[in-house]
Amino acid sequence: MNGFTPNEMMTIAAARALSSEDVCFVGIGAPSAACNVARLTHAPDITLIYESGTIGTAPEVLPLSIGDGVLCETAVSTVSVPEMFRYWLQGGRISIGFLGAAQLDRFGNINTTVIGDYQHPKVRLPGGGGAPEIATSCKEVYITMKQSTRGMVEKIDFYTSFGHGEGGDHRERLGITTKGPTLLITDLAVWKPDPETKEFTVVSMHPGVTREQVQETCGWKVRFADDVEETPPPTELELTTLRELQARTEKAHGGKKGA
Amino acid sequence: MAKFQSLQEAVAENLRDGDTVAFEGFTHLIPHAAAHEVIRQERKDLTLIRMTPDIIYDQMVGMGLVKKVIFSYAGNPGVGLLRRMRDAIENGWPRSIETEEHSHAAMANAYEAGAAGLPCAVFRGYLGAGLKEVNPSIKSVTCPFTGEQLAAVPAHRPDVAFIHAQKASRRGDILIEGIVGVQKEAVLAAKRAVVTVEEIVEDFDGMHPNLCILPHWTVTSVVHVPGGAHPSYAHGYYDRDNAAYLEWDKISADRDLFTQWMNENVLAVGPEVFAARVQGL
Repeated sequence: MNGFTPNEMMTIAAARALSSEDVCFVGIGAPSAACNVARLTHAPDITLIYESGTIGTAPEVLPLSIGDGVLCETAVSTVSVPEMFRYWLQGGRISIGFLGAAQLDRFGNINTTVIGDYQHPKVRLPGGGGAPEIATSCKEVYITMKQSTRGMVEKIDFYTSFGHGEGGDHRERLGITTKGPTLLITDLAVWKPDPETKEFTVVSMHPGVTREQVQETCGWKVRFADDVEETPPPTELELTTLRELQARTEKAHGGKKGA
Repeated sequence: MAKFQSLQEAVAENLRDGDTVAFEGFTHLIPHAAAHEVIRQERKDLTLIRMTPDIIYDQMVGMGLVKKVIFSYAGNPGVGLLRRMRDAIENGWPRSIETEEHSHAAMANAYEAGAAGLPCAVFRGYLGAGLKEVNPSIKSVTCPFTGEQLAAVPAHRPDVAFIHAQKASRRGDILIEGIVGVQKEAVLAAKRAVVTVEEIVEDFDGMHPNLCILPHWTVTSVVHVPGGAHPSYAHGYYDRDNAAYLEWDKISADRDLFTQWMNENVLAVGPEVFAARVQGL
C-alpha cells in the first residue's frame, strides 16, 4: 500500500474493531467515519444508531450532524428522542458506544464540557450531549481521537463521561455494570486497558510510528504492552472506501447553499 | 383549540417577558422563523429550554433576550462551539446568563415527565458524571423494589413550546414525519404551544395513519411559514443548509459581524423571507 495519513490510519484501525454483529451508538466526527467505513467494507450488517433516533442507518455520505436527513432516509426505523434514550440506550440494546474526546485521561474518562473551572471556565466546550449515559449504558465503549498533549492529559478538568474513574474496580464501586472503555484508537496507536489497573496501554503502533512519538504527544507517562504489535497498514479497499466516502461527503456539504 | 394566526400575533399573544420557553426540533424542524420573531419583538429575561441550543439560542443569547439556558449540548452540530453563548458565559456579553446543564438522556426524560404530568423524571443516568456535582437539580432516588440508586431531575413544564412541523390540517391537527425528536413531548409538557408549518392542507386523508402527532386541541396557535425551519430542514420539503451552519461559525465569532448580520437578516425582515431561503435546497 502506498501513502496514507495518520488520520486515515486512525479511522481505518477504528473501523476494523467493529463487526457485522455490533449495534453501535455513533458519535459525530471521527467515530462516524470509522463506523461507516466498517459498514462499507468488512461489516455490512452492522447496526449504526445515531442519537437523533435513527436506527440501522446506511448513509451514502457522512452526516454533518447527528440528525441529517440522510440518516432517517436510510434507517430501518426512526424513533423519538426519549424512546432512543430510554428503550434503546438505557434498555441495554447497544453493544458499542463510539465516542470522541476533547480531553481524555489514562483511565478513559472524557471531558467535553469545560477547560478550567466549571463556574468560571477558560473555555466553554459544547458539553456532554448523550455521552454521560452512552459511557455507562452501552456494553462497552470505544474512543477515538488524535494524540496531543492538550488532549491526552494527566488530569481532566471535568468528568463529562465516566470511564474507569481512578482505575481498578471504580466502575463496579459506583454500581455500573457495563465494561466501559475497552479500546482507544489514536492516529499513532491502538490502546487497551490493563486488565487490573484499567490504565490504557499501547498494544499496537501504526506503521512507522516510534515509542517516542507516542510519548511526546501524550500528557501522561505511556505504558506499553510487553509485546507491542505493528498495526497492519490500510488495504487498498479500506483506503479507497474511506477516501471515496470523504469525497462524496465534501461534495454534498460544500455544494449546497440557500438563497 | 388551535387558532390560525400570523407569526407576529402568535408570538405577541403567547410569549411574555420572563417566560420559560422551549423551542424544540432535534436537528430536524428547528423553529428558526419563530425564534426570529421573538427577537424582533424584543422579549426579555427568558429562560430557554432546549436539548441542543444551536444557532437559534446563540442568536437569542447574543441579542440579550435570555436570562437562563437549560440545555444538554451547547454546540453547533457537526461544526463546533456556540460562540455567542460562550461569550455570554465567559465574558458576560451582552449580558451574563445562568446555565443549567444536563445530559441528553435527562432532558428527554424531563420533557417526557412533563408531558406525563409527573413532577420529576427517573432514569439510570449520570453515573460517575461531573454534572451532578455542579447542577443542584440533579438528585437521586432509590428504587423501592430493587434498591437501585437512580437519577432524578425535575420535569420540564415550559410556559410555551414552539415547534415547526410539515403540515397542519384546516382544523389544526399537526403532522410530523422523519426525525420526530422531542417535539410531541415538549408541546404536551407546555401550557401553550405555537406550531409553524410548511403547509396547510384540507385534511390528512390518505396519509399514513400514524403521522399526525398532535390533535388540534393540544395546540394553541398554528402559523403558516414555508421554509420556517431554515437552515435546519423539513423532511420531504428541503434539505439541511449545512453551508449556513458552517458560515454561522464565522458570523458568530465576531460581535460586530454578528450584530450586523442580525440587523440585516432578522430585524429588518419578516417571516416571509424564509420561503426564498430554502429555494434550491
